[in-house]
Amino acid sequence: MNRMFKTIVVLLVVMLFASVLSGCKKTAEKPTGPSGKVEVSSWWTAGGEAEGLNALIKIYESKYPDVEFINATVAGGAGTNAKAVFKTRMLGGDPPDAFQVHAGHELIDTWVVPGGYVQPLTDLYKSEGWTNSMPKGVLDIVSYKGDYWSVPVNIHRSNVLWYNKTVFTKYGITPPSNFDQFFDVCDKLKAKGIIPFVMGTKEGWEAGHVFESVLLGKLGANDYDGLWTGEVKWSDPRVTDALETFVKIASYLNTDHSALTWDEAGQYLLKDKGAMMIMGDWTNGWFMSVGFEDYGWAPSPNTEGIFLTLSDSFALPIGCKDQENAVNWLKVLGSKEGQHDFNKAKGSIPARTDVDISDYNDYLKSAAKDWQKDAIAPSVVHGAAASEGWATEYKDIMNLFVSKLDVSYAQKALITAAEKYLK
Amino acid sequence: MKISITRILIYLILVLFAIFYIIPVYIMVVTGMKSFSEVGLSTMWNLPRSLNFESFRLAWLGSAKEGFRGLSGSFLNSLQIVIPATIISAILGSLNGYVLSKWRFYGSNLIFTIILFGMFIPYQSILVPLVLTLEKLHAYGTIPGLILVHVIYGIPISTLIFRNYYLTVPIEMVQASEVDGANFLGIYRWIIFPLSTPGFAVAMIWQFTSIWNDFLFGLIVTPNPASQPITVALNNLAGSYIVQWNVQIAGALLTALPPILVYIFLGKFFLGGLMQGSLKG
Amino acid sequence: MKPTKRIIPILFIMPSVIAVGVFVYGFISWTGFISFTKWDDVLPNYTLVGFENYRELFANMRFQIDLRNTLIFTVIFIISCLAIGLLLAIFLDQNIKGKGIFQNLFLLPMAISFVVSGVVWHWLFNPGSIQLGNIGINQLLEKLGLNFLTCGWYTDPKIGIIAVAIAAIWQFSGYTMALYLAGIRGVPVELQEASAIDGANKWQTFRYIIFPFLRPVTFGAIILLGHISLKIFDLVMAMTGTGPAFSSDVPALFMYDTTFRGNHFAQGASIAIILLLLVSLLIIPYLISTFRKEAWR
Repeated sequence: MNRMFKTIVVLLVVMLFASVLSGCKKTAEKPTGPSGKVEVSSWWTAGGEAEGLNALIKIYESKYPDVEFINATVAGGAGTNAKAVFKTRMLGGDPPDAFQVHAGHELIDTWVVPGGYVQPLTDLYKSEGWTNSMPKGVLDIVSYKGDYWSVPVNIHRSNVLWYNKTVFTKYGITPPSNFDQFFDVCDKLKAKGIIPFVMGTKEGWEAGHVFESVLLGKLGANDYDGLWTGEVKWSDPRVTDALETFVKIASYLNTDHSALTWDEAGQYLLKDKGAMMIMGDWTNGWFMSVGFEDYGWAPSPNTEGIFLTLSDSFALPIGCKDQENAVNWLKVLGSKEGQHDFNKAKGSIPARTDVDISDYNDYLKSAAKDWQKDAIAPSVVHGAAASEGWATEYKDIMNLFVSKLDVSYAQKALITAAEKYLK
Repeated sequence: MKISITRILIYLILVLFAIFYIIPVYIMVVTGMKSFSEVGLSTMWNLPRSLNFESFRLAWLGSAKEGFRGLSGSFLNSLQIVIPATIISAILGSLNGYVLSKWRFYGSNLIFTIILFGMFIPYQSILVPLVLTLEKLHAYGTIPGLILVHVIYGIPISTLIFRNYYLTVPIEMVQASEVDGANFLGIYRWIIFPLSTPGFAVAMIWQFTSIWNDFLFGLIVTPNPASQPITVALNNLAGSYIVQWNVQIAGALLTALPPILVYIFLGKFFLGGLMQGSLKG
Repeated sequence: MKPTKRIIPILFIMPSVIAVGVFVYGFISWTGFISFTKWDDVLPNYTLVGFENYRELFANMRFQIDLRNTLIFTVIFIISCLAIGLLLAIFLDQNIKGKGIFQNLFLLPMAISFVVSGVVWHWLFNPGSIQLGNIGINQLLEKLGLNFLTCGWYTDPKIGIIAVAIAAIWQFSGYTMALYLAGIRGVPVELQEASAIDGANKWQTFRYIIFPFLRPVTFGAIILLGHISLKIFDLVMAMTGTGPAFSSDVPALFMYDTTFRGNHFAQGASIAIILLLLVSLLIIPYLISTFRKEAWR
């Protein structure tokens, strides 16, 4: 028994050395350009997103072939897990070289205002000419105290109503433009045995996503904005109306929404069993990745002319280990080529205004046109409108609401949250 | 032997429970073996038509095209974490157990109780200070850092196992060699250590299993891809939208494999470790 | 023992004592301190606010649900593990053919990580959907004609944490069985024989002779299972997340969420301290009784 035991210990130590050795890499020749590695953290693991990220990585690797690209994605939609992981790493002093963060309050309140976490990128903006090629709306949300703090890759729209064209044509339905029409459509579809409206609330943020569109529909761009700046109170009767409308929407939902992620819920549309969903336009990217073309789109009810926006961007932590490689990544992100290839697959439009999108699909072309003319409002679920703390609380309240459907409770909670964060 | 109704009932119930216990294992093994075309959630329970290791391959290697990392890297990380941590933890536990069982001094019992409490604490109560401290030590995000964490928080259980084991060694042996002139270390080297194999077996198997299976410390201390243990990688794999569910299950099986192998071959000692951990009586 | 001789053992145990002192007690105090501050952002903020965080926490709906979930989970988990463990132990003690196989099978789940079983049970308890039909356990139940037992499992807010409890029971009832087996075998044979001679049947022997001996085993098992169930995190994270309407949320998950996603470090610390207090309620009496028993040795 003693001998067996000793053999096992020896075996373990041998395994240990074998694993350490196999982890060591041998470099063949001396690299000529930049070498080493770059570790980039993001949450792009869904259909469309992953392809977009891969397009960027391809460009980077073709430009800097001797740099090892470490793709540190953390799974979990809307970055819920990735943000937690990234925060832990920042606290622990081991940040990645570049990290994905939503442009807007999420970036500014969390990482810029405290100071000491991210590097200003103003010089990079000047040398790459981004101050000329990006629109003012975008530049505003990444700036603070005169400096720019992250590189936006795209513009996403949150308030899009996607519908299955075959189902609509079959029952002679036109896309609804306000809530009355929306509920008429729902009733018609329900009678025909089609699920009128689908959601996948498994990850806890999707209910909040739908609700911000409803809020926008009831308050309009300016007053919706006012909710987040304190000008409009959450006790406003239109907020109550929005909550009640959401309750009504919930009566037309697929019953298994809490088991599904947003794209799993989208399967209903793919299979002609469900008709509509409200989701950001990464849905477009997902549709492309699964080869689904039978879809139509419209602004979510009552939000025609308003672009509820969010933007993915990348920031540079202080203390990153491969500064030069990381900055090169940022350059690729902000380049015409990078933005063109990325957004085509992702289903968003480039942040830059000078990218040629003639080879983009129909949705993206129409979205780009809307972006030029619509009023802009910031998404809260995706980090633009409010700080992370407030957004998380809003999200949690909505997550509870979609199952509990208690309007007065939710409204009270929203009022309390606003008071807390507007101090 | 007379076959009574009671005995039939007993066997029946045992078999029913056996089925309950086997179901997840069955799913793991069967799903991993199916070829891509066969895998579908509606055919979850069917046996595979042929043996196919495609999902294992994907789970192990990942897919750059589809954008998910495989488990091979984190498997190696787990090995590099578990093996040193287990060995160091066992040695520390052995020395501690030796002191606490054979060298009673004023307050040694209190010290034992104080150390023991560390085994039960919810680790949520030390997470944030841990991250901040590791940062100052420049050990955050590194494999040695995680080894340190596991060794320190493994001190209570390891000490417990060895102390209880050494209590079964008669104190006369120690006293006799003291009379013969041996000192603290001498007694350890010549009397205690040679007897310690069962203790080491139990402690090392228990620590190997619990450190390999750990998730919380891995998630907090080494979430980065270069150092993350396999449990963290698996959780990430399972959360990615684009990873097929059969690849997730194959990954789960790969993650479970080493402790299961330890269990199959060294199961006797595993049970011993459980009993120690139970603090019977 | 000469005084110098006493010092050496103390020196050898000092590193461990210091390590535990810092990493356990020191860190707990640090967390406790944080729970009394206003640290609500990435940058630490050590302004003291008294019991404000605790007050807010108990008024927080998510936390209230968490406590309720923990209670339900703990009760179901402990009682089921004890009952199943005892049942299986009694059966396996009856001179069963293939005892070794059964034993090994029932204990196998303990070797598996909670993350692994979480992933597998996530798919087993996935109820399926309209387009997929039943999958997982529901599909199995359907095939067996037990359709009325199908339900939404962790997607149903009314059930939620119970699905997690079943997975946890799967993992730990074998361990409880092993404890009871050892306990049963620890009963002196003479007593059992004596009672048989006195005319007691098997059931009476069990009830009056063996059962009392199992009390300490039961006690120890409750302590251990209880502290595991209070701390449960890995299984929930991998299997269900917080679930609809937080129906499978637990304090440990809430702590991780609010600390690292929401930046509410002070709130997270107060959750951690409450968890610690709950565990201590269970463990400290146990430790005190062990300490006293040891003093007699």
